[in-house]
This record gives sequence, structure tokens and C-alpha cells, in this order.
Amino acid sequence: MKLTLVTGLTGLILLVTIVELLRRRQLREKYGMLWLAVLLIVIPLSLFPRLLDNVAGFFGVVSGVSLVLFLGIVFLLLVCVHLSWEVSALEEETRTLAEDFALLRAEVEAQRAARTQPARDELVSHDG
Amino acid sequence: MVNGKRVLIIIPALNEAGSIADVVGEVRGELPGVDVLVVDDGSTDRTAAVAAAAGARVAKLPYNLGVGGAMRLGYRYARDNGYDVAIQIDADGQHDPRYVPKLVDLLDDNIDLVIGARFAGEGDYSVRGPRRWAMVMLSAVLSKVAKTKLTDTTSGFRAANRRVIEMFAGWYPAEYLGDTVETLVHTARRGYKIRQVPVAMRKRMAGTPSHSPAKAMIYLGRAFAVLTLALIRR
Repeated sequence: MKLTLVTGLTGLILLVTIVELLRRRQLREKYGMLWLAVLLIVIPLSLFPRLLDNVAGFFGVVSGVSLVLFLGIVFLLLVCVHLSWEVSALEEETRTLAEDFALLRAEVEAQRAARTQPARDELVSHDG
Repeated sequence: MVNGKRVLIIIPALNEAGSIADVVGEVRGELPGVDVLVVDDGSTDRTAAVAAAAGARVAKLPYNLGVGGAMRLGYRYARDNGYDVAIQIDADGQHDPRYVPKLVDLLDDNIDLVIGARFAGEGDYSVRGPRRWAMVMLSAVLSKVAKTKLTDTTSGFRAANRRVIEMFAGWYPAEYLGDTVETLVHTARRGYKIRQVPVAMRKRMAGTPSHSPAKAMIYLGRAFAVLTLALIRR
């Protein structure tokens, strides 16, 4: 009974945290919804850990709890891979931004140099 | 202008305030008709200011992107400003700008990408141990992919024509060794012609190369990984 209390409470605290983060717009909806869906599965399981015993038996796993543990680890690994993928995309985006910024800065500085030193106009003008 | 072509020299530089002025000055002295673009890859020293004072155009990145990031910026600049030839030169002074006309000459003969290569008969540069194994492996595989003899695949001394500039401006890997190894595989696979020209490399004007055996082994491993990835990519 004590164990059910601990696991159930943990699930509820996580649920409140996610909802609160979503409410404060600190979490993009696409991630918030994912975690809410996960919690909707996890909370009933934390209250009734034997729920999955039949499914587990079907897969040859002795206890439903072990099955949940296994699926949980697989799921977390997938989430990590997904986040690495997201970070890679973000890095590519910031790289392009940095390049655009450097090109613009070079152009602005070339124009400023042309304005302050009209004698050097010819050097700069074939920048096009 | 070299051989009637508008030429841009791209020099990626990271904290090279000690040597960049000499490199820019030498390039401008040896090659009076070319424009020089120094890409400051997020240096924390006065590289950008020193390069500008030496007469180069400077594109300063807000933070460090690695050589590949700096080079794509250089190729974008070359494309946007209509250059016919873009030549990459290291900021540490090991590449002699007097070889540039030799590289450009080959571009005239319908070659798309020309590499200034050590170990090709000129100069007396030598390496040993895992670093050498890595170089042997890279040149064997890449020579096969490019259908031409390549002895110095990690050379940062290369000349690209208009077609390759267009390609590099849109695609240039920022990862380690991607700027040399992966670009070669990518370029060769798309049917562009690659050739090398023997050049002598000089001692670096500033900074020292690493000689630790552990680092050399790591280099070998990474070179192998990068090469394998480049080959299974499209």
C-alpha cells in the first residue's frame, strides 16, 4: 500500500509540473502533450501495477512491472535520440543565422568604410 | 584578376592575430589582382581588426563554427559577389601564395576543384605513426572515389571554380574533418573533376602542431569514422 502511495504521488507531481509548465508557456505544446500522454498511461499503472501482467505474460515477461520498466527505458532512449536530432537541426539553423549575420556585418562595414573614405571607393565598389 | 578571372582568397582564421597580417600582406603582395576575405571564426583576439588593417575584407562570425562553418561563409561571399574562383588558404602561413596561379591554371583546363598537396614531390614535409596511417588510408580511399591520385586529402589549400563555389555555398559540413574529407567525397560523387598540384608547405608562422601519440590515435579513429560516414552518405 505504501509503495502505491509513493508511485501514485510521483505520477501526480509530474502531471502538475507539466501542466504548470504548459500554463506558463515554458514548454512547447508538442513536448507538453507528449509528456501528458505518457503520464496518462503511467499514473494508472502506478496505482495498479498488476494491470499489465496479462500483456506481459503474452510477451513472455514474468511481471507487468518488468515490462513497464523495459518499455520505459526504450521510450527514454528514443526521446534522447529525438532531442539530439532536434539539437542538430537547431545548430544548423543558428549556423546559418551566424553566417547571414557575418555577411551583413561585412557589407555594412564595407559601406561605412566607403562613406568615410571616398578615396577608397574604387576598392570597395566591386563588392557589387 | 588572374588569367582574366575574378579571384577571391578565403582565409579562415581563429585567433591568428600573430600571423594574419603577414599572411594577408604576402597574398596581396604576390597576387596584386585578387581580393582577400578573412573569415574570423569567432576569435577572441584582434584577428579581425589586424586583418582589416592589413587590407583584407573581413567577415566576422559571432561565435566559433569551426573551419567548415567559416568556409561555407567564404563560399557564400564568393557566390553572392560573383567571383569566378575561390581559393582557400590557411591563416598560419604554411601555404605559399606563389602557388596560387598554378592552382588557377588547372581550373582553366576544366578541372572543378584543385588541391595544393604535400607529399606530391615538392617540399620535405613528413609525418609518422597513426597520423601517417590516417593519411595513407584517406588518400587511398579518396583517390579511388575521385578517380585521380590524391596524396594530401586534408590539405586546406584548394581552389574551386564557379560550379563548386555554388555547391559549397549551399552545402559545406561544419564537423571535424568534414571540411576536407567529406567535401572531397561529396564533390567527386557529383561528377566534379578533382586534381592535385604538388606544393611545398612552410613551417607555421605562429602556433605549433600537436605531436602527442594519443592525439594521433584519436585522429586516426576520427578520420576513419568521418570517411566511413561520408561514404555511406549520399
